[in-house]
Amino acid sequence: MMLFMLLFSRQGKLRLQKWYMAYPDKVKKKITRELVTTILARKPKMCSFLEWKDCKIVYKRYASLYFCCAIEQNDNELLTLEIIHRYVELLDKYFGSVCELDIIFNFEKAYFILDELLIGGEIQETSKKNVLKAIASQDLLQEDEAVEGTLRDIGLL
Amino acid sequence: MAPVRGDGMRGLAVFISDIRNCKSKEAEVKRINKELANIRSKFKGDKTLDGYQKKKYVCKLLFIFLLGHDIDFGHMEAVNLLSSNKYSEKQIGYLFISVLVNTNSDLIRLIIQSIKNDLQSRNPVHVNLALQCIANIGSRDMAESFSNEIPKLLVSGDTMDVVKQSAALCLLRLFRSSPDIIPGGEWTSRIIHLLNDQHMGVVTAATSLIDALVKRNPDEYKGCVNLAVSRLSRIVTASYTDLQDYTYYFVPAPWLSVKLLRLLQNYNPVTEEAGVRARLNETLETILNKAQEPPKSKKVQHSNAKNAVLFEAINLIIHSDSEPNLLVRACNQLGQFLSNRETNLRYLALESMCHLATSEFSHEEVKKHQEVVILSMKMEKDVSVRQMAVDLLYAMCDRGNAEEIVQEMLNYLETADYSIREEMVLKVAILAEKYATDYTWYVDVILNLIRIAGDYVSEEVWYRVIQIVINREEVQGYAAKTVFEALQAPACHENMVKVGGYILGEFGNLIAGDSRSAPLVQFKLLHSKYHLCSPMTRALLLSTYIKFINLFPEIRTNIQDVFRQHSNLRSADAELQQRASEYLQLSIVASTDVLATVLEEMPSFPERESSILAVLKKKKPGRVPENEIRESKSPAPTSGAVIQNNVHVNNSHSKLNNSNANTDLLGLSTPPANNVGSNSTLIDVLGDIYGSNNNSSAVYNTKKFLFKNNGVLFENEMLQIGVKSEFRQNLGRLGLFYGNKTQVPLTNFNPVLQWSAEETLKLNVQMKAVEPTLEAGAQIQQLLTAECIEDYADAPTIEISFRYNGTQQKFSIKLPLSVNKFFEPTEMNAESFFARWKNLSGEQQRSQKVFKAAQPLDLPGARNKLMGFGMQLLDSVDPNPDNMVCAGIIHTQSQQVGCLMRLEPNKQAQMFRLTVRASKETVTREICDLLADQF
Repeated sequence: MMLFMLLFSRQGKLRLQKWYMAYPDKVKKKITRELVTTILARKPKMCSFLEWKDCKIVYKRYASLYFCCAIEQNDNELLTLEIIHRYVELLDKYFGSVCELDIIFNFEKAYFILDELLIGGEIQETSKKNVLKAIASQDLLQEDEAVEGTLRDIGLL
Repeated sequence: MAPVRGDGMRGLAVFISDIRNCKSKEAEVKRINKELANIRSKFKGDKTLDGYQKKKYVCKLLFIFLLGHDIDFGHMEAVNLLSSNKYSEKQIGYLFISVLVNTNSDLIRLIIQSIKNDLQSRNPVHVNLALQCIANIGSRDMAESFSNEIPKLLVSGDTMDVVKQSAALCLLRLFRSSPDIIPGGEWTSRIIHLLNDQHMGVVTAATSLIDALVKRNPDEYKGCVNLAVSRLSRIVTASYTDLQDYTYYFVPAPWLSVKLLRLLQNYNPVTEEAGVRARLNETLETILNKAQEPPKSKKVQHSNAKNAVLFEAINLIIHSDSEPNLLVRACNQLGQFLSNRETNLRYLALESMCHLATSEFSHEEVKKHQEVVILSMKMEKDVSVRQMAVDLLYAMCDRGNAEEIVQEMLNYLETADYSIREEMVLKVAILAEKYATDYTWYVDVILNLIRIAGDYVSEEVWYRVIQIVINREEVQGYAAKTVFEALQAPACHENMVKVGGYILGEFGNLIAGDSRSAPLVQFKLLHSKYHLCSPMTRALLLSTYIKFINLFPEIRTNIQDVFRQHSNLRSADAELQQRASEYLQLSIVASTDVLATVLEEMPSFPERESSILAVLKKKKPGRVPENEIRESKSPAPTSGAVIQNNVHVNNSHSKLNNSNANTDLLGLSTPPANNVGSNSTLIDVLGDIYGSNNNSSAVYNTKKFLFKNNGVLFENEMLQIGVKSEFRQNLGRLGLFYGNKTQVPLTNFNPVLQWSAEETLKLNVQMKAVEPTLEAGAQIQQLLTAECIEDYADAPTIEISFRYNGTQQKFSIKLPLSVNKFFEPTEMNAESFFARWKNLSGEQQRSQKVFKAAQPLDLPGARNKLMGFGMQLLDSVDPNPDNMVCAGIIHTQSQQVGCLMRLEPNKQAQMFRLTVRASKETVTREICDLLADQF
């Protein structure tokens, strides 16, 4: 089970955090601080896995963003790397070559997409097509509402 | 930036831009406070706030929270959004609730009500939103409120697949906080059958749930094994086009495969059904075969997904630990990875090999890669990989390679990263202690540790070396000499002063004969370090000095001078001042006799599990390989090598006390045979049962019983087996006492004799049956009778199997029933001894072996052993008083076999020559084999 996922920039700014275990806010901040420092200090060719407290950290850098997951001792590290990759693919497909700014300005979307991929720290849907379909049907609902709103505003409804 | 679908929130984008444009932290805080004030007033005052505005402000609050600021309002507005009929507003409401979970009881009721409504929705998007929210919060409240709805959603035929997936994981999340949420009965089979679902997404989600349920209740969910095996087999053999979008970079369903492989690891053995097992093995082989195929893509995603499945398959193979062929293949595969270009793979291969090293089937295979692993430890650029290499070296270490591995670790320690030094020191100390056959080597290793990495040598480590030196007479002189030399280095670590001080205080006399280390020299050397040390070390040195007064009365006045100096204000530390004064008075007032009693050499320390090992376990819970080969699951091992493994393992944590204590525990009234040489009474402290001086340690524990009839034959953390036996002529009676050391009953307890029919014709052993249940803390007795019909080789083995806490345990132990038990000692004078000796000069009647003596040569110990062996030790027969000669008759039903023996020590070469002469060739050989290497 994944315990949490953090996205942060090369400057150490946290861009997204998702916790699958209940930690007090103070602990969350402490964990984040420690991990960001640890990972930023690592060199590019190093191993993507590290032992940390009683869990394992799996991380990977995509452009200016670090994706970092904590998993349990028995979990599969390589496949966790691919969960990260699948998430990046989804963001990329959704935003069209995603960049850090997309995630800053549309952080809520980034959360919605993540919720379709993982629930309770376990992978829910591994098919890219199916996740995008689910997100598309959410957007469709919103667009209908938006059209409805505009029509109402200009007095057509 | 691409345009975003759905409706954007312009106000939010502007606010985020503002924050990003802030030049300083202060400006950011100012901007945020302004926004918070604005939102607060909007929420308070503006009653006409519409849904869109609420959504926008809630979203801004969320953004502020995610920047790391505290948010203490807005929850109510977010909850309001939940019941909005606009999806976009509802979604933001749920997001806020999920991120800023607040267990405020008023709100939680409202939230639950909203979720209830959405779960009823006909639109799956709404249902999933509700399910995701439940999973994100995952509290007990949630579990209590939805314990009916969610299981229904999961198995109902009407539920859409996307909802089923979410429901499965939502249920899993709730199960983790409230295990009682899962209904039993018919639900079990319905949940298990989700593994057969058409939709791969549903199966993937359901497998995670089932894995958790199995962990809680393996028997109830046992049905999942067959389904999982066949599903896995179908995936693995599928072509990558079969599974469409569930194929990930040419790898069919890697996530599901890994989950299924993990699910199967909950059972051991995975299955009892031969057909299913065959199918599983076939599947595992297919996975191993695929690893050898050329990659279908150059992308790292392809190799990662493929290897993820491979590593999980290897985990299952290691977990089952029953298929030697698969284990060896796995090991070879990992061996290839050790020199892979990808750091990640090298790291994982090292990690996986740590587990393989603990399996008896693959231990030797792993050892083949020792050189590469040593290179990894030295050359890897990443400290975590180097650390993993160290872990593997620790796991693959055994008696055969210990010296080399320890030396390599010591070499590396000089340049090792600070972050892993402490742990490495512990590991080196443990290995050196555990595999020491020669304790001078052990002392050298530990002193080297202190020299190289003194700062990282914890108290436990240097306490331990002192305990061992005190308990092992043979090494004391060497230790004293070595610390004395080490202390002469101009700069030596304080830990060296501590060890040096302690050891010289106890055993300085052993090297005082040499003028270079005369008493005064020793004292001056130690005292030259005094001023550089901490008060604790100084206190220790003061104790060393008073011990010197007892050892070396001739330097009494020098020492008293030092005490005098430190017994007053010059010594700022009260403890030191007091010590100095009291020791001074003691040295003045007490008579030599009193001093000798008070300052006597330290008694031996009681044996217990190495405290160092405990430290390492604490440091790395779950990560310390037991460093023991796991128990054999192979049937009826008969060869010495396998037995070695068995006994080895099962003693991994045994604390063999001295034989007295054991006898008391067993309630045997006879005192134990007191014929074990002093160097074998101290059993390796790490629980290793082999004595210090035994290179052919295979069956040492039984071999100890060559020389005695009663004592503890075997002990681990669960079971202790005591033995008491007596022999007359060709008959013997053996009582085995099985003591359950645990808090739970051992069930299916079944000792089975391993002694072939052919062998039974020579030694007939009968064993009474025992109760199948051994209650917690109880002891049961099993009686065996043995009748020697003809002489025989080796000794019978019993294989003991039982269940402990649901896991099957099995091991084999050699019985103390070697042929020498049927000896009758025979007295004779020199004349008749040599007359018989000459008569038995035929080729078949003689057998001779020359072997290296244990260090140091221990003649009284050897005599003691021989007295326990069963023959008569004949004094003043051999002209050389160091030689030992014995005579005895072996009683068998068919004949009596006379037997003579001579054991000649060569003190210069530190060797023994053993000669046995008997009237029967087989006896000659067996007796010679039994006694060789025992002294």
